[in-house]
Amino acid sequence: MDVELRDIHKTFGKVRANVGIRLHVPAGTIQGILGENGAGKSTLMKVLSGFIHADQGAILLDGRPVVIHSPADAIRAGIGMLHQDPLDFPPMRVIDNFVMARGGSLFPGRAAARRDLKKLAAQFGFALDPDAYVDSLTVGERQQLEIVRLLWLGARVLIFDEPTTGISAAQKERLFAALRLLADQDKTVLFVSHKLEDVEGLCDRVVVLRQGYLVGEARPPYTTRQLVEMMFGKAISIGKRVPCAVGETSLRLRNLSVEDYRLKVRGVNLAVRAGEVIGLAGMEGSGQGLFMRAVAGLLRTTGGRISLDGRNLTGRSHLVSKRHGVAFLPASRLEEGLVPGLDLTEHFVLAEKKGGFFIDWEGGRALAEERIAEFNIRGTPASHVEALSGGNQQRALLALLRVSLRLLLLEHPTRGLDIESTIYIWSKLKERCGQGTSILFVSSDLEEILQYSDRVLVFFNGRVSPPLEAAEMNTDRLGELIGGKGWPEEEWVEEMTADG
Amino acid sequence: MAKNTAASRRRKTIWINVSFQSAAFVLALLLTTVMLLAVGAPPFQAYRSILVGAFGSVGDIFDTLIAWAPLLLTTMGVLITFSAGLWNIGIEGQVTLGAIFTTWILRLLQESGLPPWLIIVLGILAGIVGGALWASLAGVLKTFGGVNEIFGGLGLNFVATALTLWLIFGPWKRPGTGSMSGTLPFPEELWLPAIPGFRLSPWALVLSFIAVVVVYFLLRGTHFGLRLKAVGKNMRAAYLLGVPTWQHMLASFLLCGVFAGLAGALQVTAVYHRLIPSISSNYGFTGLLVAMLVNFHALWAVPVALFFAALNIGSVHLPIVLKLDSSLSGVLQGLLVLLVLMVEGARQRLMSRKIIPAEPASGEEVQS
Repeated sequence: MDVELRDIHKTFGKVRANVGIRLHVPAGTIQGILGENGAGKSTLMKVLSGFIHADQGAILLDGRPVVIHSPADAIRAGIGMLHQDPLDFPPMRVIDNFVMARGGSLFPGRAAARRDLKKLAAQFGFALDPDAYVDSLTVGERQQLEIVRLLWLGARVLIFDEPTTGISAAQKERLFAALRLLADQDKTVLFVSHKLEDVEGLCDRVVVLRQGYLVGEARPPYTTRQLVEMMFGKAISIGKRVPCAVGETSLRLRNLSVEDYRLKVRGVNLAVRAGEVIGLAGMEGSGQGLFMRAVAGLLRTTGGRISLDGRNLTGRSHLVSKRHGVAFLPASRLEEGLVPGLDLTEHFVLAEKKGGFFIDWEGGRALAEERIAEFNIRGTPASHVEALSGGNQQRALLALLRVSLRLLLLEHPTRGLDIESTIYIWSKLKERCGQGTSILFVSSDLEEILQYSDRVLVFFNGRVSPPLEAAEMNTDRLGELIGGKGWPEEEWVEEMTADG
Repeated sequence: MAKNTAASRRRKTIWINVSFQSAAFVLALLLTTVMLLAVGAPPFQAYRSILVGAFGSVGDIFDTLIAWAPLLLTTMGVLITFSAGLWNIGIEGQVTLGAIFTTWILRLLQESGLPPWLIIVLGILAGIVGGALWASLAGVLKTFGGVNEIFGGLGLNFVATALTLWLIFGPWKRPGTGSMSGTLPFPEELWLPAIPGFRLSPWALVLSFIAVVVVYFLLRGTHFGLRLKAVGKNMRAAYLLGVPTWQHMLASFLLCGVFAGLAGALQVTAVYHRLIPSISSNYGFTGLLVAMLVNFHALWAVPVALFFAALNIGSVHLPIVLKLDSSLSGVLQGLLVLLVLMVEGARQRLMSRKIIPAEPASGEEVQS
């Protein structure tokens, strides 16, 4: 089916997620959609699949405008989406998941459905047992289930959101073969990814989104450099880097391993010196988040050792590591960092944790006023945190940190902030480095990583590079690594650090 | 300048809140009136009868006050768990267990020759322990067993009721055969001293006022209360800010159990002077309603609980006067809570400014 998006606009409050996007995909095409986090890929795909309603713009299928208000509308029109985290029902059987969305009659008609399921699965070479429970399947098998389910429901346009994350190499091969088969059957495939290699090996054509705009198109043969440039923008000259005078080793990680249901991070070795800044680069969900949380004591490690200033912190909870000078600033400020419904004074009283039974509100207010002035927060001690802007919330989070810290772990410290706030926040962070605090931070902004880190760890699909000297890197090289290009087959060879 | 506008804005929101709340109250009255008309009962006479029943004579007023005390206690208990974001629906059973423990100690010591006042004090303390134990059971189930406190509390309520019945008809039955009227009443010297000629014990009122003051300061002025609030509003952030979360949740259950147990102990020592099957008299559930209405403000619970107690006592006369069921008070209470919550929801919807998500597009994270 021929898909056309005309002039799609979508804003969330002040954030422009999609600005005037036009995209035409003929039937039988595998269309790649590239872009970094927050570029607007998912928003665009959600508009097409009915999860989000566009503010403006039209969707045309086979040249006819359609109105899509919900995912149910979308699938009726022939559009199905496979989400990055499969939207299925793990405690139920494959066959029940398969018939779930099919309406029509009161009874699901399992026998016919079972036949169809087997036939469709065989067509793509998928081995799906209709009676298996979904929670016993791998992510790859759950994807296969989604594919046959959507086809059975009559999907002629299939959207794949980061489908190659968390599946094995063999499953990826089978997935790609299935996608090509779909294209041969004149279905339209939209393939959303940040993995250059996957896009280059599979897609008939590629568009790149950046900051809500569709910034470019490419057809094979692709040049990696061009794609990276479109994704991350032209490499703007990087300001002067200010390396910190670093001291003794403070944080030492030996063979650290951590995993969740879809990703394994294995055997990270790292020695961080006091005052050093380590940037963790990688697309979101490549393992850096797991790694950070493991170091913070928020996730149980599956192997290895964490020590700080010679003190073993392996397997200790965050409350323990907090006592030894570790602080963690999460990316989701209102979900994890601050307590909506409490005001700034209450936050400072909570974080400061003075002894005594009764709260010294006068003292708390004074402290709040002092920190509000020091960190330039636009708000009063009585401001509720949810009423602050994102930048001010981030400032508040920083202001809440205790005075002497040994290790500061930051997730996207400047995400969504304007330049002025970014510069301000980093000046505050560098101040702390001067006092001997080591910093590990996750960011999807390559410039930020290169500008402020001393060394960089790159994460890709759970793999971790050895620490690379930031001074010897550039955005192109970093962008390639993030996209999974230029990784050695087996173990990372040390001299790779030199060719930046 | 900024401060001024903030203050005036706050004053404005207070007025808006008050008018919305009064609208809810009027609506609840209207709906109840409609219902009364539908069943062919004269609404004004019904309301009058409730008023007279609750405040018509000194005895009626005292009866209302008798109901007020345990209701305040359960409300205070529930406010503590509410602050920690927990729906301690098991408070009913915690009241019951308080009553059982008190009865147990009084039975154990009534022949001991100890001074009666000491026996009463020990009995009340035992009730407090009983309520706290039952509450911490729900708390342990929640924090370690992963059992939602609503389900755990509901189950424990049934167990508590069954336990009461078993005791009344089994080990603690009256000489001869057990009866629904409860265990054998305690001798008068084991009663909490009452105002001569009435059942009202000033001690019960004093204890419940103390509870209000304690909870008011606990939630407003202490580190513990602030941490409870933080846990209730955002557990993950509270943890990152250094609050040991499950410990605070468990502590809030325990404290709630203390107040519930005290309510149960007073039901035995001040009101019924024995263990009866429905010893908790639904004060736990009514306390939940009051707590929902007052929205964390302990002091507001004082008038609201009095109003609810008056409704309960006033409606006792309805069957006699108007041949109406006394559950009318429950209908009014329930409607009131529903409408206040609904109106609050409507207010938030109407007044909410658009919230800007920090990350519009992809940005889903893998970490759980």
